[in-house]
Amino acid sequence: MKNSINNAFKIAKKENRPALISYTVCGDNTKDKSLQILNSISKDLDIAEWGIPHNCPTADGKDIQNSSYRALQNGIRLNDIFKLVKRFKKTKPSKPMILMGYYQMIFNYGDKKFIRKCKETGVDGLIVVDLSFPDNKNFAKLCKRNSICFVQLIAPTTTLKRMKEIIKSSHEMIYMISTISTTGSKLKYSIKRIVKNYNVIKKIKPSKNVVIGFGITEKTISNLRSADGLVVGSAICREITRSLKDRQNPVTNVSKLVRKLKNKII
Amino acid sequence: MIKLKKKTPLIDQHDRSGFYGNKFGGNYCAETMRKPIEDLSVLFEKLRKDRKFLKKRDHYFKHYLGGETPFFKLENLTRYLGGAQIWCKDVSAINGDAHKAYHATVNALICKESGKRYIAGDTGAGMFGKNLAMAAKKMNLKCKIFMGTKDISRQAPNVKFMRDAGAEVVPVDSGSKTLVDAVSECMRHYVANCDNTHLAVGSAIGCNIFLKICAWSTSQISRELKKQLIKEFGEIPKLKLINVIGGGSSALGFWNEFIDFDKKHVELIGVEAKYAAPLSTNAKVAILHGAAQYCLTDKEGQIAETHSLSAGLDYPGSSPLHGLLKDSGRAQYTNASDKEALAAFKLITKLEDIRPSLEPAHAWSECIRLAPKLKKSDVLVVNNCGKGYKDKKIYIEQLGYYPK
Repeated sequence: MKNSINNAFKIAKKENRPALISYTVCGDNTKDKSLQILNSISKDLDIAEWGIPHNCPTADGKDIQNSSYRALQNGIRLNDIFKLVKRFKKTKPSKPMILMGYYQMIFNYGDKKFIRKCKETGVDGLIVVDLSFPDNKNFAKLCKRNSICFVQLIAPTTTLKRMKEIIKSSHEMIYMISTISTTGSKLKYSIKRIVKNYNVIKKIKPSKNVVIGFGITEKTISNLRSADGLVVGSAICREITRSLKDRQNPVTNVSKLVRKLKNKII
Repeated sequence: MIKLKKKTPLIDQHDRSGFYGNKFGGNYCAETMRKPIEDLSVLFEKLRKDRKFLKKRDHYFKHYLGGETPFFKLENLTRYLGGAQIWCKDVSAINGDAHKAYHATVNALICKESGKRYIAGDTGAGMFGKNLAMAAKKMNLKCKIFMGTKDISRQAPNVKFMRDAGAEVVPVDSGSKTLVDAVSECMRHYVANCDNTHLAVGSAIGCNIFLKICAWSTSQISRELKKQLIKEFGEIPKLKLINVIGGGSSALGFWNEFIDFDKKHVELIGVEAKYAAPLSTNAKVAILHGAAQYCLTDKEGQIAETHSLSAGLDYPGSSPLHGLLKDSGRAQYTNASDKEALAAFKLITKLEDIRPSLEPAHAWSECIRLAPKLKKSDVLVVNNCGKGYKDKKIYIEQLGYYPK
């Protein structure tokens, strides 16, 4: 399934809507449950992102921290994550899977071994939050050589010069951080300003698929529907937290939420 | 083995990507932080060459922090142990009670120069938090201090001080509720507020620029010590410089001017807390808080929990600069247990007038262990980098008393 990330964007474009991308933490709240959640929402998703939990996450807000904490408490390990990815891809081979995490987890496992394992299990893309340009050049090359999309990030603080360099070295997908914040905070900027930033990136290289993430919720998602893709993470993690607290089934609740999100962008 | 460059300040021995010895440090941070830390690097490189700024720094060090800290021989302890001469560089005599005063003051000055009105810092023992709160008040900056809830309760006197100085103390209740979580939370705060907030990282850790600013600030200690040694001995005698290591900011300041000396001439000894000892227990290199460093982790690479009676040492990582000093063979690292630190405090305070906090008590423990094995001509200097009052409650709980 080469280039399945590109395909996912093509399909969404054909339907005249942004691609919907979910972020959940692998192993939240248990290994099986996290797979059940993903399986159940995948019909409404274009791309699935799974977080690799780390106990010192310096860019995550409370919601994702809680999810990571639950996953770690339940003993998730990197090899479990690979096994779960394999199980997911077995039933949904054409659904792109992106793993997202902090570099320490990869560094500890070994860059080459990690990428090889990603390829073996069917991971399509990688986002490494704290491995930014230009320090990620070698890692990105290694990904490319193994047909894995290395997703670069662009922030509101990124200068135009740097943005051009990042876009030049990027693969098929770019992740635009909507506001200066950790994950899951409220949008600090107006929708107009976010769209303007998005257009700056698109104008530099229209062929790249640019997704917007951070602060995307039921309330904000329809206003940003002109983007190539939208990532919803903290809102989903928050729903899992709420479900567990109210002793409800997170699988059905999260599915309902994702359905609603999807309905807002079609 | 990594080789140190002669005549290049330790903090400047990194490559273009911020790595020391191709292995330690770097800038492992979110994209959002890249521009702010680059701006800060440009500002810092300008300021450290700017005479006006250096004059201002020296003015603050002299008139606000009280100038040169004392250097004296501990006659009773030397006699009691019957070996090497024991000297004390009493950094705890500074206004602010610890070496963190230099670092906090410099950060507030830089914040002022940057035009930002908010300053945020992390703290474990509360020494950095307290000094940052003081400096922020002095320079009219709004200050936020991130501190683990476990540390807030065990270092209560310093917390009161911070609040009295007008700082907001933000309790961090995640993970181990200690320094490691406070640093993470403070960095998250910076990621979300880097457009108007200056980040003052509490030790010589973090992305390249943060550890540079820290070690540059504390190096005042060794500039003074060098002069004081020459005044006492007429030269730099054969020395052992003993310093406690948490993140490692005081040791870097204490050693900075002596890095180029042959290690047989000036020996550098770092003392960690026994259950928070990445440098002396062969920990692996890991990425924590933006930098590659020796750090305690579990097999999976998750950051390990540490245990120390001393809040300032209860940290799984270590400065990338200490990784460099270790791998180049320039410094040696060992550790001391809570019990050994307490015993050292007991002995020192019985014989001498100084009242070290739990952190330097670890260094004193190593000094007490080493001194009897050495000759009278050997000189041991310990950096007494923090005042004991903040640990009064812990000392009373553990020893049954706190000396007058």
